[in-house]
Amino acid sequence: MIFGSGIFKGLAVTLKNLVNSYFRKPEDGGLFTVEYPERRIAVKEAYRNFPFLVYDGTQAEPRCTACDICAKECPPKCITVVREFDKDAKPLKKPAVFDIDVSVCMNCGLCEEVCPFDAIYMDHDYEVASPDRQQKLLFHKEDLLKPAEYLRKIRPVDAAAIEKRRREAEEKKKAAAQAAAAKKNTP
Amino acid sequence: MHRTSVRDRNEIDTQTLEINFGPQHPSTHGVFRMHVVLDGETIVSLKPVFGYLHRNHEQIAENITYLASMPYTDRLDYLNAMTNNFGYALAVEKLASIEVPERAQYLRVIMAELTRLVNHMALIGFLLNDLGAFFTPVLYAFREREKILDLFEEISGSRMMCNYFRFGGVKRDVSDGQLAEIQKLVEAFPRFLDEFEALLAKNEILCMRCQNVGVLSPALAVNASLTGPVLRASGVSYDLRKVDRYSLYDRFDFRIPLGAKGDTYDRYYVRVLEMHESVKILRQALRGLPAGDTMNKKMLPFLKAPRNFKPPVGDAYGRIESPKGELGYYVVSDGSPQPWRYHVRAPSLINVTVLEDLCVGHKIADAIIILGSIDIVLGEVDR
Repeated sequence: MIFGSGIFKGLAVTLKNLVNSYFRKPEDGGLFTVEYPERRIAVKEAYRNFPFLVYDGTQAEPRCTACDICAKECPPKCITVVREFDKDAKPLKKPAVFDIDVSVCMNCGLCEEVCPFDAIYMDHDYEVASPDRQQKLLFHKEDLLKPAEYLRKIRPVDAAAIEKRRREAEEKKKAAAQAAAAKKNTP
Repeated sequence: MHRTSVRDRNEIDTQTLEINFGPQHPSTHGVFRMHVVLDGETIVSLKPVFGYLHRNHEQIAENITYLASMPYTDRLDYLNAMTNNFGYALAVEKLASIEVPERAQYLRVIMAELTRLVNHMALIGFLLNDLGAFFTPVLYAFREREKILDLFEEISGSRMMCNYFRFGGVKRDVSDGQLAEIQKLVEAFPRFLDEFEALLAKNEILCMRCQNVGVLSPALAVNASLTGPVLRASGVSYDLRKVDRYSLYDRFDFRIPLGAKGDTYDRYYVRVLEMHESVKILRQALRGLPAGDTMNKKMLPFLKAPRNFKPPVGDAYGRIESPKGELGYYVVSDGSPQPWRYHVRAPSLINVTVLEDLCVGHKIADAIIILGSIDIVLGEVDR
């Protein structure tokens, strides 16, 4: 073998790739770079970024019951939950404060997995950069609350399964309540 | 300035030069410092200095639940999140004697082998970058790696920090469409490897720079308890997939590529051959993937409440053949929801200990490729 032939063989490969990048389809060796701000790749359904809170009707009635389970299970402890009290200091089943420090959050998705009320889910919104680390990266309840339709929009398959499960649980609860009421009425 | 004087060939008194290579140097693959004493350009002594990326991983794990450590293990060797998860899951499953359904086992093997492809491609790309083949090989490698990372994102939710394994199974099932994608990728992969081979393997510059540089003798490799491709490049046949036969590796037919000399070229080429073997394992695993559960039914309640998961008192050591070597997790339970002791045996840390023996007598430029061929990730060295 002539000395230097290995280099020329390698250069032939780069030449082939150069030509292919112009004349082939992306999946077949062509250019597959997407120039980001102008064009975007569709976000995959399973993708997870930062958590958000789900509400069904209005923002005043979130699904979250301030049970504090997500805050306890969060590995880097980035969630702060404070329960709301009414005028008579009676604890209510909703949070007064729900803060997520996204500069600490590591996108693991454990809060979503442990939540017993289907209240917290991982978002798809990845453009959350901010020049201010102190204020803008601490998400408050108002920033986190998003309607159930939003979840349906970003994760259609998951949302369908979740809603089916919730409906079934509700029907079961209703049936149990009716059975209990029937029992009460016939002593 | 180092004060010892060295007599050179012409009997002129010269002085050695002491330099700090890193920690902020692109060729050190992270925040790693080499304290080098040079005589001209020849290395007289070299001391690796690390700890810049220490994140208290083990102590944190002792203060949170068993499952909560899973996302932290992703960040050890941040190129290979799946295999890091694998080792930890194996250790805790051993500790609490949890069985894993067959489909989950197969998925684990598929993910581990895909991770091996990702790691070896990134390694070879960056090794060639260090050699001066500026960005052509690394971008070809990253083009293929990107396809695998996209699959990881679709399956686990994240490209690199997968957090996919759970004790007793995996987090979510893989759909038929995704399996077809993996199949397509695996079928197309040998073509890429052939192209890479034509691009690099016979390249005279690569051969001259890598052959007979940083020769690691089998005796030193064994005495320094090195593992992984670095050990196998020296001709020692030791692979935990064959030795331990953990998970399902006894079912697959594959071979262990060995090097002859133990120089940098062998360490590079053993990894190319390992990728061929990984493709073989992937083909068999995809063919044999059964239907069924992906989680052990007994472990499902603990997914919702990791705090209730209390393994019995005892200890367990789970180890796997990660792309970099033997990755082991030692977990001691005192019956509480948190491990009493948690230790990681990181292959990168132990493999980097022979760096001085490999580098002394070579030029400073060779130290960079020797370091690159050892394949360290500082997230794992410093933990």
